Amino acid sequence: MRDEIALGAIAPGCAKVDPILVVDNVTRKFGGLTAVDVAHVEIPRGRITALIGPNGAGKTTFFNLLTGFDKPDTGKWVFDGKDLAGVAPHKVARLGMVRTFQLTKSLNLMTVIENMKLGALGQRGEGFWAALVRPIWKSQENAITAKADELLKRFKLDAKREDYAGELSGGQRKLLEMARALMSDPRLVMLDEPMAGVNPALTQSLLEHIKQLKNNGASVLFVEHDMHMVRNISDWVIVMAEGKIVAEGPPAVVMKDQAVIDAYLGAHADTDLGTVEIKSIKADK
Amino acid sequence: MDFLQILGLTIGQLFSPFTIAYILCALGLAVHFGYTGLMNFGQAAFAALGAYGFSIAALTLGWDWWACVLVGICASVLFAFLLGIPTLRLRADYLAIVTIAAAQALKYALQASDFASVTGGSAGLHGFAEGFFALNPIPVGRYDLGFETISEREMFITIVGWILVAVVAVFMVALTKSPWGRVLKGIREDEDAVRSLGKSVFAMKMQALIIGGVIASLGGMIFVISPENNDPSTWGTNFTFMIWTVLLLGGAATIFGPIVGGMSFFALLMLTEGVMTGLVNLGFLPFLNVAQVAQIRYLLVGLALMLLVIFKPQGFFGNKRETLVNAR
Amino acid sequence: MATPVVEATNLHAGYLPGINILNGCSLIANQGELIGIIGPNGAGKSTLLKAIFGQVNIRDGRIKLNGEDITGLKANKLVEKGVAFVPQTNNVFPSLTIEENLEMGVFQNPKRFNERFEFVTTIFPDLEKRRNQKAGSLSGGERQMVAMGRALMIDPSVLLLDEPSAGLSPVRQDEAFLRVREVNKAGVTVIMVEQNARRCLQICDRAYVLDQGKDAHTGTGRELLADPKMVELYLGNLAEL
Repeated sequence: MRDEIALGAIAPGCAKVDPILVVDNVTRKFGGLTAVDVAHVEIPRGRITALIGPNGAGKTTFFNLLTGFDKPDTGKWVFDGKDLAGVAPHKVARLGMVRTFQLTKSLNLMTVIENMKLGALGQRGEGFWAALVRPIWKSQENAITAKADELLKRFKLDAKREDYAGELSGGQRKLLEMARALMSDPRLVMLDEPMAGVNPALTQSLLEHIKQLKNNGASVLFVEHDMHMVRNISDWVIVMAEGKIVAEGPPAVVMKDQAVIDAYLGAHADTDLGTVEIKSIKADK
Repeated sequence: MDFLQILGLTIGQLFSPFTIAYILCALGLAVHFGYTGLMNFGQAAFAALGAYGFSIAALTLGWDWWACVLVGICASVLFAFLLGIPTLRLRADYLAIVTIAAAQALKYALQASDFASVTGGSAGLHGFAEGFFALNPIPVGRYDLGFETISEREMFITIVGWILVAVVAVFMVALTKSPWGRVLKGIREDEDAVRSLGKSVFAMKMQALIIGGVIASLGGMIFVISPENNDPSTWGTNFTFMIWTVLLLGGAATIFGPIVGGMSFFALLMLTEGVMTGLVNLGFLPFLNVAQVAQIRYLLVGLALMLLVIFKPQGFFGNKRETLVNAR
Repeated sequence: MATPVVEATNLHAGYLPGINILNGCSLIANQGELIGIIGPNGAGKSTLLKAIFGQVNIRDGRIKLNGEDITGLKANKLVEKGVAFVPQTNNVFPSLTIEENLEMGVFQNPKRFNERFEFVTTIFPDLEKRRNQKAGSLSGGERQMVAMGRALMIDPSVLLLDEPSAGLSPVRQDEAFLRVREVNKAGVTVIMVEQNARRCLQICDRAYVLDQGKDAHTGTGRELLADPKMVELYLGNLAEL
C-alpha cells in the first residue's frame, strides 16, 4: 500500500527515493551553543513528514535557516533542484516553500479576508505603478478573493471574514495563518506546531486539510508535539535532538525506538495519567 | 475685541496656502507612518528639499516652473534613498534617529554661509516664484471674499494648492485601496509575516518613503511660493512636530484625517490667538502681553499632541478598533 | 456542606469595551479538588481564570473566595488572600536563581520562607538540588516547575494554572500533569485550564467544559471522558485511532 520512501536502509540522514528538499551540513551556532548541526537529511516529495523532538532541539531554528529567515554558519540545501543558500525569505516563499510560525503571525490589525488576500502570489497590483491602474489588477483580485473565501469556508473561518484577526482567539488565528499560507499553492508547506492551541475536536478536520494538501500534490513538513496527530497522518518521522537528526523512519517504527521514548515520548504515552501511582506527600497544614 | 475680524482670520486660515502646505506634509507623513509604520521625524527636511529645489532651480538655473518642480521632487527622492538604504533594514527606531539628525543637518547646511550664493544662507531666497505666477489667469486686483480680501496671486496659489490636495488625496486613495496598499498595511504590523508571504519588504518600505517624501516636497513648495519667500528657519523641528500633531489629530492612517486635521488645527490656533490677543488688549489677562500670545501657540501645540496620544491616539477619523486590538 | 474555596457565579466579563467573552459562566471548586477547564478556542477558558485573578473587567456576576466576595479586587490583593496564579508564559524571572524566584513568592511575608521552601522542595526535590541555577537557563518544562513552586510558596487557598502543558514535548507534558497531581495530593486546591483535554480529564476530579463563554457541561473527569457527546464535540477521536 505504501510506496518506498527511503532509498535503501533506514537510518538518520538516509537518502529518499524522490526528495523535494536535500539538506547538507547545515550548522548554526549561537555563541557557544550549537543550535543546529544537521549533516544530511532529505525530505520526501509528496509525503507528510513530521519533525519531532524535545524543546530546544533546534526544530524552529532549522525551519528559519531553510526558509531564509536566519543565516547558517555552514550549509547547502537544494529545493526541487534550486539552491537556496543565501536566498532572501520572500524569494524562498515565491519559489514554493512556505512556512508558518510557532508564535502565530496573523496580522491582527487587518481583517481575516485581508490577511487571506495578502497570501496570494503574483498579484500585479502589488507593484507600485500597476496599483494605480485598477483595470490591471481588478480581475486578479476577484479571483484571489474567491479563492480566499473558499479556503475560509474549509477552515470554518468564513463567519469571521470581516473581523480583525486580533479579535479571533489564539487557535483561530493559527487556523488563519495556515489557510493564508495555502493561498500561494506552495509545493512544500512547512508548519511550525500547527495544532498548538487548537481545540482537539477541530484538530481532526485540520488533519483532513493537511491530507488534502498531499492529495493535491504538495509535500508537508510539520513540527508537532501531539503524538496522536503524528501517528495519524505522517508518512515519515524525523527526530531531532540537540540540533542533530537522531532518528528517522515510518512513525510506527520511530515511536517504538527506546531512545526516542526516553528522551521525548515518555513511558506513559498510552497510559491513563489518573491511574499512575503518586507518592504520598505529607501535607504540612 | 473685534470678533468679526477674528472670525474672518479664522475662516481664512481654514483654506490658506499655509494650511495647504501642512496638509500635504501630513499626507506624506500618513503614507510613512499611518500606512507603513515608518517613524519619520524629519518630514521638515523633505519639505525643505522641495522648497529649496524649486527656488534654487528658478534662481540659479533659471529653469521653467515645471522643471523647478521636478528638481524639488528629485531632491526629495534622492534624500529618501540616502535615508532609506542604511536604515530600512534595521529597526524602526533607527529610522527615527536618523531622520531627526538628517533634518537638522540639512537645515544647518541650508543656513550656512558657505553655500549662501546658492541657498541664500540665513537670509533665505525670494523672487523665485515669478515663473509660476506668470501662469496666473486671474486678473490683477484684490478680491473681497467676505471674511478676507486677497490678491490675485494669493487666490491662484490657493486654488492650485487645493487642486493639488485633491489630486494627492485621490492618488492616495487609489494606492491604499490597492493590493500595494494592502502589503504596506501588513508591513506596518509584522514584516516577517509579510516576507513569509513572498513580498519584498525592503523595496516596499523604500517606495513608501519616497512617495511620502515627494508629497511633502510639494507641500514645501506651496509653503514658499505663497509668500514668495523661503526662510531656512522654517524647516526646523517645530515644523516637523506641527505636522505630527496635524496627522494624529486627524487620524494617522486615514486620508481625510490630515486634511480635516490641518484645517481645524490651524483655524483653532488662529482663533485662540485672536481671542487671547483680544483679551490681553482688553486687560483680562494682565499676566500676558501680546508678544507672548504668539509663543503660547507652541505651548498649546505641545499640550495638544500629548493629550491626543494619551486619550485619542486614533484622532478624528481613525479606527479605534485598530488601536485596541492588542488588548489581549 | 463546607464553603467552596472558589465560587464564581454567572460571570460576564471581557477585555474590550462592549464585548464580553464570558457570558454567564459559573464554577465551584471545593477544598482539595483538582478542577479542569477545557473547551474550544475562544470559549473563554483563560479569561475565566484571569477573572478569578482580577485581571479582567467583570461586568456582572460574583466571585467568592472561601465565602468572601472578591469580585473586582485587584491581583495583588488576591495574592494576599491566597490566590496563586501561574501564567502560561513569562512565568519566571530569568535573571534570578531558582531560590530567588521562590523567594519572590513569599515577598509579602518573607518570614515564612524557610517553612514554605521545605514544603515546596518536598514536592519538587529538583528545586532544592539546583537552587542556585539561573531560571533563564532552564528548559520550558523546568521553568514551569519553578513557576508552580513560586506560586506554592504563598501557601495558596487555590492554585490557578493556565495551560501548564503548553509548548512541552510529550514526556515533559506527562511530567507536568503528574506534578499537578502531586501538588493536589499535598492538599492544594487546583483550578487548571488545559488545551490537552484528554490528559486534563484523566487527572482531574471534576471539570467544566466552556463553550462561547458559558460553562456548557460539567461532571467528573471520568464521566466526561466516557461521554460520546464530549468526544464528538471537544475531545476528538484521535486518541482512539
